[in-house]
Amino acid sequence: MLSFLVRRLLLGILTLFGVILITFILVRVVPSDPAAQWVGGRATPEQVEAAREELGLDKPIYVQLEHYIRDLLKGNLGYSLMTHQPIIKELKNRFPATLELVLISSIVALLIGLPLGLISAKAKNSWIDHFSRFFSIGAISIPTFWLALVLQLIFFMILEVLPSGGQLSMKIILFQDIPRVTGFMFLDSLITGNFVILKDFLKHLILPAICVGAYTIGLVARMTRSALLEILSEDYIKAARSYGLTERLILYSYALKNSLGPTTTVVTLAMGYALMNTFLVESIFSWPGIGKYVANAVTCLDYPAIIGITILGACAYIILNLITDIIISLDPRVKL
Amino acid sequence: MSIKSIFFNIPAKRKLKVLKEYIYLLKKNKLTFTALIIILSLVVIAIISPIIAPFPYHIYGEINPQDKLLQPSRVYLFGTDEMGRDLFSRVLYGTRISLLASLIAVVMGLLIGVPLGLMAGYYSGFIDEIIMRIVDMFLSFPPLLLAMAIAAFLGPSLQNAILALIIAWWPWYTRLIRGQVVSIKEKEFVRAANAIGTPSWQIMYKHILPNCISPVIVQASMDLGGIILTLAALSFLGLGAQSPTSEWGLMLTTSRKYFLNAWWYSIFPGIAIFITVLSFNLLGDGLREILDPKTKKY
Repeated sequence: MLSFLVRRLLLGILTLFGVILITFILVRVVPSDPAAQWVGGRATPEQVEAAREELGLDKPIYVQLEHYIRDLLKGNLGYSLMTHQPIIKELKNRFPATLELVLISSIVALLIGLPLGLISAKAKNSWIDHFSRFFSIGAISIPTFWLALVLQLIFFMILEVLPSGGQLSMKIILFQDIPRVTGFMFLDSLITGNFVILKDFLKHLILPAICVGAYTIGLVARMTRSALLEILSEDYIKAARSYGLTERLILYSYALKNSLGPTTTVVTLAMGYALMNTFLVESIFSWPGIGKYVANAVTCLDYPAIIGITILGACAYIILNLITDIIISLDPRVKL
Repeated sequence: MSIKSIFFNIPAKRKLKVLKEYIYLLKKNKLTFTALIIILSLVVIAIISPIIAPFPYHIYGEINPQDKLLQPSRVYLFGTDEMGRDLFSRVLYGTRISLLASLIAVVMGLLIGVPLGLMAGYYSGFIDEIIMRIVDMFLSFPPLLLAMAIAAFLGPSLQNAILALIIAWWPWYTRLIRGQVVSIKEKEFVRAANAIGTPSWQIMYKHILPNCISPVIVQASMDLGGIILTLAALSFLGLGAQSPTSEWGLMLTTSRKYFLNAWWYSIFPGIAIFITVLSFNLLGDGLREILDPKTKKY
């Protein structure tokens, strides 16, 4: 087990190096002249030359790579072209809001998607199965940002029951002390027992969470269904049936455990998608997270910020994959 | 080359039988069949859209300001946009752009990914290590994120967005096909071919590829939808098609500004994306059942 962990960690570091290499190629090789890009369109040749020296672009490429990696290890992602703030600082401020949205919507989506896949596999080819299949394929086919617009139209414009965006109502932001303990609004309001804020926050959370979680529900339900169906056709299940064990026992205690592997893998992938979907949805719902920052950075072509986000996203994804592999390795059938 | 070799390997009589069997299975699976019909009609629409569009000039960006943001009516079936252009014509033409873009991206992804995957799986050892470590590098980014970064660095345009999608997409096919090849290459028929001295490339394309192509077909069918969705997302971020192209994602982006008083502007392009992607996903899902001998039912 320990040797597996060490090996897996080393592999993670290797992948991280790959990520850095790809982003380095993007930053230094794809633009024809990174220095000209850095100083902007109206710079004099002298300014470009100065920028080249300042950025270390006059040095050989392997020295540049070394500097690049050293900077990243120090946690220095560079400065945003728009705000001239350190990118890492801006991302740190916005990260909790995004993480909260991704985690809450993914957990809820799991709680819906898993049972849906289970019921679907249990009653294969029944109307429940057809419905859940159609629903889950629909959920992965819908454009997230369009769903966001439609939900806004229905629940804010027509029914007027939910707010159009933001994390809290203006009334609460102006007249209440907003608790700041962990940076996560949900936890903070729960810890301090401020249920007015909690209720308001949840009301603002519903629409973005649906948009972010829809894809996850579809993906998880589909994977759970197909993993379970495959396992249910295996010999040991037939043996269990021939012993006369109840279907309930076979499903919950024999089959479900073994479908954990593929389902965990798909949850990781779904979280990756959820992260990307927040990027699209947050700007529509004015959610104060990374997504809005991404949308702005992309619109203004703020290259250092885009790279910072890419590296951060890849790191989060690598960690997520690491956790998945560790969970799967708990399965005694997996050879380490 | 590969598809041709698969097809010509089978004698004509059996080929017809296999084809008939698949058509029968497709017809039996009603949802998949409907999806196929919808896709075929979308292809037809994509080809003839400039002819059937009621306002062909509006497709290419001719403006008509006196009719801006009109509600859907008999003249303008889907209403008009902020420049007074007919949305129905533009959504129709958008079919061509989206289908073509995703077809290019998937085919190019397959052309890069499949040979690499075959090589990695077949030769194992050093070549395998090199190819798969590169694939791992690409796959350690969350989906869309790498495409977004590449598209941003190449500069915002439809061509660059497609290029970015290809760069971000091929590793999935490589990994998929490598896994298949590894399990198939130990089978007797491959060993037999090897023993009688068949050249490696011929074993790969004639004997291994046809036996591991079905999951790739299923994946490619789903990706045709997935790429339309991703492309729309890139356009939505401002990295895809640029105005005045009639691309669905771009229409949605522009519509956000007028969203509160012109609901039709956002609704129709979104429905178009949804139906197209849904059809490809349903087709892929159905193909999975039909092509997999385990789940095939008569």
